[in-house]
Amino acid sequence: MIENLKRLVGEPNVLTEKEDVLPYAFDGTAAVKQMPRVVVFPGSSAEVAAVVAFARERRIPVVTRGNGTGLSGGSVPLPEAIVLCVNRLNRILELDTRNLTLLAEAGVVTQTIFDRADAAGLFYPPDPGSMKISTIGGNVAENSGGLRGLKYGVTRDYVMGLQVVLADGSICWLGSKCVKDVAGYNLRDLFIGSEGTLGVITQVLLKLLPKPAARQTLLATFARMDAAAETVSAIIEARIIPCTLEFLDRKTLLCVEQFARVGLPTDAEAVLLIETDGHPAAVADEAQRIEQLAREHGATTVKRAANSEEAVRLATARRSAFSALARLKPTTILEDATVPRSELAKMIRFIADVAARHRLEIATFGHFGDGNLHPTILTDERDADEMHRVETALKEIFDFALSLGGTITGEHGVGLAKRSFLRQQLGDDSYALLKTIKRSLDPDGLLNPGKVIEPESTP
Amino acid sequence: MSGGESTAHAPGPKPEEIRTGLAALDYSILQQCMHCGLCLPTCPTFNETGRERNSPRGRIALMRAVADGELEMTRAFAEEMSYCLGCLACTSACPAGVDYATLLETARAEAEEKRLLAAPGRQIVRWLTLRWLFTRPRALHAVGRTLWAYQASGLQRLFRRTGLVRLLPKRIRELEPSTPAMSRHFSSSLIAPVEKPRSGTARFRVLVLTGCVQDLMASEINRATVDVLLENGCEVHTPALQPCCGSLHVHNGDHATAKTLARRHLDATPPAEFDAIISNAGGCGSHLRRFDRLLADDPAYAPRAAEWSKKLRDVHEWLVEIGFRVPVPAGDRPRRTVTYHESCHLCHGQKISRQPREILRAIPGVELIEAAEATWCCGSAGIYTITQPRTASWLQKRKIGHLRETGAEIVATANPGCHLQIENGFRLHAEGRQPKVVHPVVLLAEAYRRERGG
Repeated sequence: MIENLKRLVGEPNVLTEKEDVLPYAFDGTAAVKQMPRVVVFPGSSAEVAAVVAFARERRIPVVTRGNGTGLSGGSVPLPEAIVLCVNRLNRILELDTRNLTLLAEAGVVTQTIFDRADAAGLFYPPDPGSMKISTIGGNVAENSGGLRGLKYGVTRDYVMGLQVVLADGSICWLGSKCVKDVAGYNLRDLFIGSEGTLGVITQVLLKLLPKPAARQTLLATFARMDAAAETVSAIIEARIIPCTLEFLDRKTLLCVEQFARVGLPTDAEAVLLIETDGHPAAVADEAQRIEQLAREHGATTVKRAANSEEAVRLATARRSAFSALARLKPTTILEDATVPRSELAKMIRFIADVAARHRLEIATFGHFGDGNLHPTILTDERDADEMHRVETALKEIFDFALSLGGTITGEHGVGLAKRSFLRQQLGDDSYALLKTIKRSLDPDGLLNPGKVIEPESTP
Repeated sequence: MSGGESTAHAPGPKPEEIRTGLAALDYSILQQCMHCGLCLPTCPTFNETGRERNSPRGRIALMRAVADGELEMTRAFAEEMSYCLGCLACTSACPAGVDYATLLETARAEAEEKRLLAAPGRQIVRWLTLRWLFTRPRALHAVGRTLWAYQASGLQRLFRRTGLVRLLPKRIRELEPSTPAMSRHFSSSLIAPVEKPRSGTARFRVLVLTGCVQDLMASEINRATVDVLLENGCEVHTPALQPCCGSLHVHNGDHATAKTLARRHLDATPPAEFDAIISNAGGCGSHLRRFDRLLADDPAYAPRAAEWSKKLRDVHEWLVEIGFRVPVPAGDRPRRTVTYHESCHLCHGQKISRQPREILRAIPGVELIEAAEATWCCGSAGIYTITQPRTASWLQKRKIGHLRETGAEIVATANPGCHLQIENGFRLHAEGRQPKVVHPVVLLAEAYRRERGG
């Protein structure tokens, strides 16, 4: 098998030694790992197709991976699997400034796409926390969100087309540069967020926007969590949709400040990081109204970023929140239960209650504006008793989010981490539909098997 | 979490085993890495290969596997630890605060102890340099003096021109052109053991550490360091013969010698006698700051080592801390463009980034232009040019490209390894005007001299 793979992608692009493959046993998810049998680095879509076809012939599972920053175990290998790493597919193939699109291979890093667009006076909005190293293929496969989701939506909203290798090794192109295109089923959207279980994404055609002419960042501090939540509701009620509306609790603030040293107030109970962008006049007006609303709802201080460098520093600091929390405890379990915005205050109170009842340390931060919370459990995977309480707490949090009309995952995907909760959210019929689609596109169950959908108990 | 039985993972060292090296290390240091991957884009070796094994996250995974008993410590493991530059860029990028320096030093020491990379030639060179030469300041001076005589007498030119150089073994021949040019004087002949400010009473009493390599090839940097300290109200103590700081040893897995050298420092110059201990070389300073941790389990020295670490200051850091005097513009010298290359162990190891720039900007006539990737390693990295010549020259070329792009006439940098690597780089990739490489305090000392018409 190894010899065949070497023939397909070239000898230096096949790793089998233990020291080489061990670092591919995990991604950014806590407490899951599995050694792969082999890691391959194809250099073209054709090579990806050849590897997938070969794997099917030999009935070997294939796990697609970018730079391994996923947070639901989506790219964690399976025993005996081939890990297909796309990070050699790292070229931007075209920047079309007449149609405002960018065509990239799957292994291009998200930040590179942002920078390339930015240099041309354009804007690629989705900005997941790991954008400095995550790949666009991974972003599409997980339908990643980010800080700007509130106003600009998520990765899905920017994918106009994609190239995907199917389980039988065929190469399909889905979508086009046309803003309107209703030819055939909308299969492109089927692959967005499919987490490597339906096909391997090899190229992505992205929609770009004109760069906003102005932006303003504000930082509001609060002595009470409720005051922060009320401010968010007031902003949305006033029909203002800021570009970002982020929330950090005290624990998160302390950790982030320790790392980033950007002058975050560490004595506040909660902080809102708000950014508005667009036409200069609109930005000035919105910033003014947001500041006023925050003060009316009990903000202790409201500060404006002096310049764009300071704004970028604040946003970068916020993006480090999850990793910075790892300073406190050995194991950091990040969740992304999401509820309709109107239910946020309830959800936050419930999380505090769960932490107290199960004697757990939970820090919370997240995208307040779009209801996407990140309750983060700070624990130690070696403490079996505490890990048991963590399991129970997570189940309660998911149950409660669902009872409020929410979802078990807002932006990280189901992967391994949440597959046991998926049926509960979707209901039997919808879950069965998922399985039907999986079976028809991957009849041998070789593409990232066991992710999203739980393995059948009887084969 | 709820990953299913096949992937559940609850590792950790078994307490009953007798453990050394990585296995004996506080497990929480290994566990601190939550493998988010934010270190990857800043790691030069990961950028070179795109392979996880060559990244901080991958190396920590290997170390953890060794500690967990899942991986034997193999030759491949040792080679990987040697491939790491130890530039510590990952520690600046890491929100979780992983102590990668300790992890790498422990892993390298264990690999050395197990002699995984041992080869007769390598062992002799290691012994000669780490154990013999860099523990004997007098011997080091003698070597420096001999090299200086060889260079100053024209023998070096003769050797190169006649082609005799071709008789050397290939590896040495490739390195010969980068032999540093030796100074005519060591620091001890330029600096008195105690110097007092010309005017007024001294506000501070400080110790200046001269460094081994810097002392041999750039003693004028040490002179300038003393000058700027005098100028800012410091009484400066500079003992003539100083032990090596031990950073070379620690970075190459020789902890025992490093500890001996640290104790010699503490005996020769007890920290209690000074307000601050000044280092002007990024690499040395980064290690000197860690004496507290190095000697933490030595009850006789731990308290003094703690005081030492508390008082250790990089020269730029100290000058900014005490509010250095901004030089007065003198005459109408033309503007000079300067770019600043950050020594890894100054910016990542010691987190000193702002202060050198503050000093450069304060110098009349200096226009500071930022270079791309200013915080990236230049490839020097201790003895990396010898152990990993291919990657070292790739990084050197990349660095020279970015520095040239700024168009600056002067490259300021504060570490002898970087200094040499960049000078050699400009020579190797020569085109147009050759920028000068200088230490920021040399420029500051010059500005003070100019005030007095010097």
